[in-house]
Amino acid sequence: MAAAGIKDATAVVGIGQTAFARHLPEDERTLACRAVLAALDDAGIAPAEVDALASYTMEETDEVELAKAVGFGDLTWFGRIGYGGGGSCATVAQLAAAIAAGQARVGVAWRSRKRGSGARPWTDTVRQLPTPAQWTRPFGLLRPVDEIAMLTRRYLHEYGATRDHLFNVALACRNRANQNPDAIMYDRPLTREMYMTSRWISEPLCLFDNCLETDGALACVVVGAERARDCRRTPVLIHAAAQGLPAQHHGMVNYWNDDPLTGPAWTAARHLWKHADLTPEDVDVAQIYDAFTALVPLSLEGYGFCGRGEGGAFTEQGALETGGRLPINTGGGGLSEAYVHGFNLITEGVRQLRGTSTAQVPGASTCLVTAGEGVPTSALLLRRGD
Amino acid sequence: MTLLTPVTDPEGAPFWEHARAGRLHIQACADCGTFRFPPRPCCPHCQSFAREWREVSGHGRIWSYVVPHPPLLPDYAAQAPYNVIVVELADAPRIRLVGNLVARAGARLDSVAPERLRIGARVRVVFDPAGLPQWVLERS
Repeated sequence: MAAAGIKDATAVVGIGQTAFARHLPEDERTLACRAVLAALDDAGIAPAEVDALASYTMEETDEVELAKAVGFGDLTWFGRIGYGGGGSCATVAQLAAAIAAGQARVGVAWRSRKRGSGARPWTDTVRQLPTPAQWTRPFGLLRPVDEIAMLTRRYLHEYGATRDHLFNVALACRNRANQNPDAIMYDRPLTREMYMTSRWISEPLCLFDNCLETDGALACVVVGAERARDCRRTPVLIHAAAQGLPAQHHGMVNYWNDDPLTGPAWTAARHLWKHADLTPEDVDVAQIYDAFTALVPLSLEGYGFCGRGEGGAFTEQGALETGGRLPINTGGGGLSEAYVHGFNLITEGVRQLRGTSTAQVPGASTCLVTAGEGVPTSALLLRRGD
Repeated sequence: MTLLTPVTDPEGAPFWEHARAGRLHIQACADCGTFRFPPRPCCPHCQSFAREWREVSGHGRIWSYVVPHPPLLPDYAAQAPYNVIVVELADAPRIRLVGNLVARAGARLDSVAPERLRIGARVRVVFDPAGLPQWVLERS
C-alpha cells in the first residue's frame, strides 16, 4: 500500500461569506474578518484554535492583520500561493497536506476582495500582471480578456466550437444564479438574444463571456477527518487535491509551446485522478473556474469529462444545467454569482455535499472544484463524509 | 498618442535592439540550436547557458487574433476596435509573436479592417519608426 497521503484525511467543516455586491462599504480587512469568523462559527470552532492559514496572491489582507483582529492562537503554518485565481483550491490543498502531515490542526483559508469598487489590475501600467508584458502589452494585448480571447479564437478555429457553446456556459451559470438569492445576478435572467447582441469586450468574447466585478469575502475551515465528525455540519472530505504548472507553460499568454490549447488543467487532472478512488464519471456536480466562459470547455477536456476538442459539444443539450450530464457552478459561479477569484466555487462545492445548495443536485456525494485554467492552477475532489 | 513601450529586461533587450535596426532576431541555444521564445537564461532542452540571437526571415502566418473593444487604456481606446494577432514564424513554427496587422509600416493599429483578418493568412514583418515589429499581409 502506498503512503497514506491526504486522501480523505481532512475535511472542510466550516464555510462563511459576506454579502456580494458591486460596492461594499467596509474595507477588505473587515470583510475578511467577517468571513473568517462566520466560517469558524459554522464549524463550531473557536478562533484561538486556528494554527494554520492559507491564502493566494492578489489578496489584500495579510496573516498578521487577520490573526490579530480575529484572535487566532499561535500560528505555526501559513503560506500564500501564487497566480491569483489559479491558487484558490491550492489553499485548501495545502491546509489538507499540513494537517494530514501533523503540522497543523485547524486551518483557515480565505479570500477578501474589492474588485467591484476597486481598480482594474490591468490599468496599472507600472505594476503589471504576471505575464511577460514586453511581448504583449505594447501591441494592445492589455487585459486578461484579450489574452484568453486569443486562445479562444484558436480553440474555435481548431475544433469547430461556436459562440453558442460559450453561451451554454454563460446560461447555465446565470440560471443557477437566478436560484441563488446571494448571487449578484439573482434577478437578472439571460437569453440567447441578449448574449448574441451584447457588446464585444475582446472579439470573440462578449460582455456575457466575462465574469463579474465584485466586492466580497469568503473563508473555509479545514480540520482532520476525525475531528470533523464532532463539528456541527456534515463533513466534506478532501478526497484528492492537486496543483498544476505544466512544462513550458506561459501563464495566460500560453502561445509559446507545442500545444497551447492544453493547459494547467491537464497537469492538475493527471495528479488528481491518480490519487483518487473516483473517475470523472463518478462526479455528481462540478464547480469550474469561470473568469471567462471559454475556460469551461477547456477545463471539461482537461479534467477528462470529454475528449480533446469536445468541450464545446459537451455543453449541448443542457449538459451543464440541473439534471444534465454535469451540472456546473450551481451557485452561479464567477460569471453570475460573484467573482472572488473562485473561492465561491469552493464554498458552493461544500454546500452541494451538505445538501444545502440553492440549486441542489439530488443526492450529490462527489464534487470537483477547479481553480483558474490558463494560469498555474489547482483542483479539489470533494466527497460527502457521512 | 503614446502607446506602451516594451519594458524590457536583460534577456529581452537584444530582441528590441535588433528590431530598432529593422531586423527580426530570435534567441536560440548556442549549443543545441533550439529556438526559444520568450528569451530566458538557459536552454530548457539541454540546459546550456550559451545563447545567441539568430535572424529569421520575418515571414509567418496568423495563428490567432483578437479585436479588443473598450474599456482600454486611453491611447488604445482611441484606436479601438483594433486587432492584435499572434504570428507563427515560417522558419520556427513554435515561435509565435504577438503583434498588430497594419496597412503599412507605422500605420495605426486599426488600419486594417477586422473583416480582413483570417487565421492562416500569410504575413511579413515590417517595423514602425520606433522599431516596434508590425505585420502586413503578403497579399493585400
